[in-house]
Amino acid sequence: MSETTNTAAPAAPAPATGGGANNEIRYLTPISIETTKEKYCRFKKFGIKYIDYKDADFLLRFVNEQGKILPRRLTGTSQKYQKKVSQAVKRSRHLALMPYVADMMK
Amino acid sequence: MTNRYETVFILTPVLSEDQTKETVTKFKDLVKKGRGKIRHEESWGMRKLAYPIQKKSSGFYHLIEFDGDPAFIDKLETEYRRDERVIRFLTVAMDKHHIEFAEKRRDRRSGAADGAAEAGDKPARAPRRKKENVDNA
Repeated sequence: MSETTNTAAPAAPAPATGGGANNEIRYLTPISIETTKEKYCRFKKFGIKYIDYKDADFLLRFVNEQGKILPRRLTGTSQKYQKKVSQAVKRSRHLALMPYVADMMK
Repeated sequence: MTNRYETVFILTPVLSEDQTKETVTKFKDLVKKGRGKIRHEESWGMRKLAYPIQKKSSGFYHLIEFDGDPAFIDKLETEYRRDERVIRFLTVAMDKHHIEFAEKRRDRRSGAADGAAEAGDKPARAPRRKKENVDNA
């Protein structure tokens, strides 16, 4: 943190404070440092063995606003269940329970 | 050799109630004739489609779960394709997890139906939930 303040300080806050020893950047609100929550596969965790294609509301969690299937890098689903999720979403789309293409789904 | 299958079909919304019933019984009879044993059936009624199919924006959904011969599926699907009243269909072979899930779901559905009949607060809560959810529950 200290390195970044030192390099950034002369550029931005120096004119405002008029220079001097106190050229540290201060934030009014504490900056939120992204803490990456541990991802987990919800199917493994809760012991869900079968993913229903008829439950479009549940499958909505695995697609983005455009109706595209989210990658498992984002949802944390394991490989085994990602396959089943994608299969279920595709079946659901076929039966017009979910759209193939959408805009502002959520 | 038999497998458990689940088949869902969507009928056009232009049919009258009697015609819809007739079509449903036609396919049920077809399953029975094909030496299939109907385990469960569900009518989801008229639902809005997520996207238009054959320029129709709604359809009548019906689900049949049955034990049957794999060779029969071809006949069933040919019949679906021939019938103009069917706008979409899906047949899935069920694995053991799917069967287990379907049985649980059946219990839940029958339980939910009883609960709705008894409890007065159910209708008040229902509109807030999403449409699909209401139909499924």
